[in-house]
Amino acid sequence: MSGRFRTAQGGRVDRATPVRFTFDGEPYVGLRGDTLASALLSHGVHLVGRSFKYHRPRGFLSAGAEEPNALVSVARDAARVTPNLRMTQVELYEGLSGTSQNRWPRLGVDIGAINSLFSPMFVAGFYYKTFMGPRFIGGAKVWAEVFEPLIRRAAGLGEPPRLPDPDRYDHRFGHCDVLVVGAGPAGLAVALSAVRAGSRVILCDENSEMGGSLLAAPATSINGRPSAAWIASALDELAAAGVTLLPRTQAFGYYNHNFVGLCQRLTDHLDVAPVGAPRERMWQVRAGHVVLATGATERPLVFPDNDRPGIMLADAARAFLNRYGVRPGTRAVVIAAHDSAYRTAIELAAAGVAIARIVDVRAHPGSAPVDLARAQGIPISVGSTIIDVRGALRVRGVTVAQVAGEHVIDFEQIPCDLLLMSGGWTPAVHLFSQSRGKLRFDEATQTFVPGKPAQAQSSVGACNGVWGIAAALEQGDAAGHAANGSGAARRYAVEGDDADDRGGFLGALPHGRAASRVKAFVDFQNDVTAKDIRLAVREGFRSIEHVKRYTTSGMATDQGKTSNMNALAIAAAAQGKSVPEVGLTTFRQPYTPVTFGAFAGFSRGDLFDPIRETPTHAWAVRKGARFEDVGLWKRAHYFPDSGEDMHAAVARECRVARAVAGVFDGSTLGKIEVVGPDAAEFLNRLYTNSWSKLEPGRCRYGLMLTESGFVMDDGVVGRLAPDRFHVTTTTGGAARVLGHMEDYSQTEFPELKVWLTSTTDQWAVIAVQGPRARDIIAPLVEGIDISAAALPHMSVREGLVCGVPTRLFRVSFTGELGFEINVPADYGRAVWEAVWAQAEPLGAVPYGTEAMHVLRAEKGYIIVGQETDGTVTPDDLGMGWALAKSKPDFVGKRSLDRPDLVVPSRKQLVGLSTEAGRVLEEGAQIVPIADPPRGTHAIGHVTSAYWSPTLRRPIALALVEGGRSRMGETLYVPMPGGSTAVKVTSPVFYDPQGARLNG
Amino acid sequence: MLLIPCPFCGLRPELEFRYGGHAHIRREPASSDDQAWAEFLFVRDNPKGIMAERWRHVSGCGRFFNGLRDTISDRILATYKIGEPRPDPGELPPEGEAPRIGAGDEVRP
Repeated sequence: MSGRFRTAQGGRVDRATPVRFTFDGEPYVGLRGDTLASALLSHGVHLVGRSFKYHRPRGFLSAGAEEPNALVSVARDAARVTPNLRMTQVELYEGLSGTSQNRWPRLGVDIGAINSLFSPMFVAGFYYKTFMGPRFIGGAKVWAEVFEPLIRRAAGLGEPPRLPDPDRYDHRFGHCDVLVVGAGPAGLAVALSAVRAGSRVILCDENSEMGGSLLAAPATSINGRPSAAWIASALDELAAAGVTLLPRTQAFGYYNHNFVGLCQRLTDHLDVAPVGAPRERMWQVRAGHVVLATGATERPLVFPDNDRPGIMLADAARAFLNRYGVRPGTRAVVIAAHDSAYRTAIELAAAGVAIARIVDVRAHPGSAPVDLARAQGIPISVGSTIIDVRGALRVRGVTVAQVAGEHVIDFEQIPCDLLLMSGGWTPAVHLFSQSRGKLRFDEATQTFVPGKPAQAQSSVGACNGVWGIAAALEQGDAAGHAANGSGAARRYAVEGDDADDRGGFLGALPHGRAASRVKAFVDFQNDVTAKDIRLAVREGFRSIEHVKRYTTSGMATDQGKTSNMNALAIAAAAQGKSVPEVGLTTFRQPYTPVTFGAFAGFSRGDLFDPIRETPTHAWAVRKGARFEDVGLWKRAHYFPDSGEDMHAAVARECRVARAVAGVFDGSTLGKIEVVGPDAAEFLNRLYTNSWSKLEPGRCRYGLMLTESGFVMDDGVVGRLAPDRFHVTTTTGGAARVLGHMEDYSQTEFPELKVWLTSTTDQWAVIAVQGPRARDIIAPLVEGIDISAAALPHMSVREGLVCGVPTRLFRVSFTGELGFEINVPADYGRAVWEAVWAQAEPLGAVPYGTEAMHVLRAEKGYIIVGQETDGTVTPDDLGMGWALAKSKPDFVGKRSLDRPDLVVPSRKQLVGLSTEAGRVLEEGAQIVPIADPPRGTHAIGHVTSAYWSPTLRRPIALALVEGGRSRMGETLYVPMPGGSTAVKVTSPVFYDPQGARLNG
Repeated sequence: MLLIPCPFCGLRPELEFRYGGHAHIRREPASSDDQAWAEFLFVRDNPKGIMAERWRHVSGCGRFFNGLRDTISDRILATYKIGEPRPDPGELPPEGEAPRIGAGDEVRP
C-alpha cells in the first residue's frame, strides 16, 4: 500500500484513502492529500527528472511553487496533457499518469547525459557565441541545419500536447476592498481583521489548502489552539463572513491600478472532472487595497554537485514530514546557514531520520538552536562546508571540510541518503516588484525587502522580511485594519515557533577544488553554475540584467525563485561590489506559468470573435454560396452552380452581370448619417471633395485622407437634405472612419454643429447592377421616378420599395447601370427575395464579392486597402480630380504639398496587360528587366490581378514609379516559374468613356 | 489595466477606452511651412513623468477627453474635458489621493 517512508501517524493526508497513480509507467499508491512529490517520496523515489542542458539526474529541491527540478507531464487522456508541471504542486488523483521529461530512453539511463562531457562547450553565452559564427560553412547552413536541431533535441522541457485542448476555461472579474495574496498566518490575519472591519475581501492561495507554513508546523499553537485547529476556525469565520476564499489560485501578475491576475485551478485535482466544468478560471481582480502575504523562499547553498537527487531544501523536508507524513530519507546531513534548519533536523530526528551531521557554514551560529540540537545528541560542525557529493542517481555521502579563509582543510567523509540545505530565506517580493514598488536591501538579513509601495498595497509577514509567526500575525492584523482605516488590533499569542531564528548566506561556498572540474549549481532549471556567472563577469558583463541574459540564470520557467540571490551575490563578488550596488533584476509576470487556455478563456472557436451576418445570409446559404471573411463579416464570395469551380462561377457571374444584371448584397458597407446645420462644412473639412454645392438628391464620390495626406477611406456620399448626408465607407473602415470623424468633430472642430450616427447595421443594401437593372426594380418602386432623366447616375431618392421605406441610390461599382436599394435591415431579406423574383426570370444572377472585385477592376475602380497601403496619395491614384483645391483646408490638404508627396517618381496607379495570358500574383514586384539580378530595385508592385471574363484575358492594377509616364512600356513581373512581361496601360480596361453607366 | 476616470461617466476600466495620443497638439494652419507642418505631424516628446494625453470612452459615452498620467507609475492625476485647460501642477492631487476630474459638474461617482 502506501510507501515504506510514510510515518506511522501525523501529516494532513487521509490515511484511509489510498490513491493509485503511475509515474513513468510504474504503478504506485499514495494517499488522498498527497502531491505527486510526497507520494513518490513515500516510496523512496528521488530521481524524477533530468536537467535542461546537461541532463543531470535531479530530484525534489523544494515542496512548493519554487520547484526548479521536479517537472512532470501529467496526462489525463490523449488530449489532456500538461507538460512542465511542478510535481510539488500536482495533487494526486486516482489514476494520475505522470511522465518525467527531457530524458531518453529513461530516467536512470539517459543518452543526453553525454552533454555533461561536452560541458566546456555549453558555457555561459553558448547560444550567443554560436550565433556569432558563420552562418554558412562550405555551403551548409550551420546554425539552421546543424546546431539548432542538435540543441532542440538535446535540451528542452516537456512536450506540448498534440491534440486540441478539449477543456473549457472561465473568465471572471473580481472586485473587492481588500485582496489578500497568500493564506499563511499573515494572510489569514489580514483577512480576519479586514472582514471584521467591514471590508469586502478576496483571499487567494496557490496551494490546495490554506494555512501556508502553519500546515507544516503542527507543534505551533495560536491563542492556545494547535495550528490546524486555528486554521480551521479562521477559515470557518472567513467563509461565514462572506470572504471569497480561493485555494489553488495563483496570483500570477500584479498590474496597474491594483489590477491583479489570478489563475484558479478547478478540476485538475479531481479523480473525475464534472462534465462541462471549467478546468481553470482566470480572475481579473480590481482591489481597493492589496495585501501581499506571499511568504519567503528558502535558498539553496552553492557547493559542488549540490544538485544530486536526495539533496533538498531543509524546509521542504520539514513540509514533506509534517504536512504529508513522509520521511524523505533515512540518514541525513544538514548544511545550514540559518537556524531554521536546526528545527527541521530536530523534528526529523524525532520522526526517526538519523541526523548524521549538521554542517554549519557559520563560524559562530546562534546559540539557542545549536544548544537544542546538541542536547539531542546531533553532531554539529561549525565553520564548515561540503566540498564533494558522492552518488549520481542518489546522494550516497558527502565530504565535509573546515573552512579556513579561502581554503578548506580537514576532510571528512560522511555517508547519507539525504542532504538538506538552508542558505537562509528570500522574501517572495515578486508581486511587490511587479507592482512597480522599489526594493530595499536590508543589511541585517542580507535580503531585498519591499520599500515604499507604488500602489495602494502593503506587504506583511515573511515577504516583508519579518520573521516568525507571531510577527506575521500581528503585522497581518494591522494591515487588515489599515486597508479599511478602522478596527482595533487583536492579540495573537503564539507558542512553539522560534521567532529568534537568524542567519543566511549569499553566493558560492569555497571548495578548494579545480574550478574546471566542479559544477556548483546556482540555477537548477537552466543548469547555470557559479563558474558560468564568474565567466560572464570576466567576459565583461557588468549589469546584472546582462549577466542574467548571457548566462540565462533566472530565465527558466521558475524565473530563478531559488537562484536569483545567489547569482547576484556571485556576480557582485566577482566584480568586487556589494549586493545592493549590483542590484536585482526585474521581476516579470507571471509568477508561475499560466496555461494559454486560462488566458484565452471563452475566446476560441466560434466565440473567438463575433460573427456578423447580413440580412440575406440564410438565402445565400440556401443558394449554395461560398463565403469569405471580411473583418467580422461573412460575405457571399461566389454562388457556384452545380459542378462549377470558383473560376467558372465568377466568370459566369461577371458575364451575366454585364450582359443582363446581377444582384449583390452590399449591406456590409459602412454607413454614417451626418446631420446638422454644419454637416456640409464638416464634410468639406473631412473629405477632399467639395460638398457645399452638392444638391439634395445628388451623390458624390468622397475621398478621405489622413492628416499626413494619404488615402484613408472612400465611399459614395448622398445628400438627402441640406443638413443631412448619407455617408458610406469601406466595409473594413466603418469603425475607423466614424472614430476619425468623431475625433475631429469633438476635438478639432467643436464649433461645427454636426451629429454623427453609425447606421451600418440599420440599412440592408441590395445592389442591382447591369443593363436590365431598371427593369428589375421598376415594378417594386413606389414614389420615385427612376427614369434616366429623373434619376441620373449619382443620385439618391427616398420613397418605397415593396412598400418599405427606402433610400434608393443610383450608383455603380461595376460600370453598369446600377441601383443600390437601402431598406431597413429587418426588411432586407424580404426585399431581396422580391428583387430576386423579378431578376431571375430575366436571367440575372446573384453575384459575390469575387465577381464584385473583378467587375470593379475592369473599370479601374480602386479598393482602399488593396490599391492603397497607407502611403498612397490621391494623385498617386490618378484622383487629382477629387481634390477641391479651392477649399481653404481639409484634413490632409497641407500634407499634399510635402516635398516627398509631389516628386514625379512616386508610384502611380496603372493597368498591366499581360501578354502571356497568365494572371499575375497580387503583391508581386515589378522590375524593368526580364531577369533581374539579386538586389535589383523594384519599381512597383501588383495591387490587384484577375482573369477578366469580359476581356477574356488577365488584367492587373499596379503601383509603378512614374507609372503614368510609362504608358506602353514593357515591364517584368518575376514570379515562380519565371518573369512575365507586362505592358503598362490605363487602369480602366473596360468602357473607358463610361457610356454604360448612363443607360 | 488602468482604471480611468471618464469626466462624463466616472471610473471605468481601460477596456472601455481607446488611446488617442498626445493632448494639446495644436493643428497647424494649412499655410504653415514645411518645418512647422512636419513637427505637427511627426514630432512628439516622450516624457518620463507627467504626460497629457487623449482618451476616448469608445465603449461608453463615446466622448474624447484629456488626462494627465505619470508615465513612470501610470498613476492618473487628472482627467478633463476637451477645451478645458491643462491643470497646473499646483492643482493636482497629492500622492495617494484620487485623481482630479474635470470641473466636476457632470461627474457621476
